Amino acid sequence: MISCEKAAVICNKAQYNEASLMEKIKLKIHTFVCKTCAKHSKKNTKLTSLCNKANVQILSDEEKNAMKNILEGKK
Amino acid sequence: MASHELNPNIWVDQYADYLFNYAVTRVSDSEIAKDLVQETFFAGLKSAKNYKGEAAERTWLIAILKRKVIDHYRKINSKKGKAEVRMNYNSSSDSDGDWLEEQVADPFSSMNDNILENEELGLAIQQCISKLPKKQSQVFVMKTIRGIDTEDICNELGINASNLWVMIHRARTALMGCLNKNWF
Repeated sequence: MISCEKAAVICNKAQYNEASLMEKIKLKIHTFVCKTCAKHSKKNTKLTSLCNKANVQILSDEEKNAMKNILEGKK
Repeated sequence: MASHELNPNIWVDQYADYLFNYAVTRVSDSEIAKDLVQETFFAGLKSAKNYKGEAAERTWLIAILKRKVIDHYRKINSKKGKAEVRMNYNSSSDSDGDWLEEQVADPFSSMNDNILENEELGLAIQQCISKLPKKQSQVFVMKTIRGIDTEDICNELGINASNLWVMIHRARTALMGCLNKNWF
């Protein structure tokens, strides 16, 4: 069976749809046995859904740099 | 007296995203929101000497932004009659139901139920992200919010994939803890 560290990595990959089928099966088996990882996995998935729901918007680095420059000029 | 001093040099890095999120949910146009954030920073800079240190820097800036949002709506509504509610009188003949009911029926209402909650959630997430170490938040934002490919992030930051996943893991664990405290 895979270690908890490995399970955590796969779990994170799965949040971004980057885990392979084999990895997902390994994770499933692991979380079936290891309750700590099962809990972590559930919370991790919850975090993903929260991030999606919140629709967080950010400014790009260029926009921020432009802002900084303008602010600098005003000082 | 250090706590009474503002630190405009870090404003953009620290608060721009938070303010932008706040503004964009209120004016629902990212260009206008960006301008409002910029104006907020100007106004903050201008009245920096009035800052008494009673509120946190961010709270103080949000208070300014709030006024900017109100001003924005005042400006676009200043022409007389613009603020009137205009009804679309339904002229199509196939609707023979109750007129009033048809007017008030809002097909989007179930979608809009959680707008307020989601907005607060967005700000809570933003706040938690800003508490992360710089590298972690950078990686997390690139991956989760901008949705950039793992490979591209690695190339840009000069790290390998396992580095990236470790950082993502730490960021996510910290965020879970932070949201647990501030959201649930």
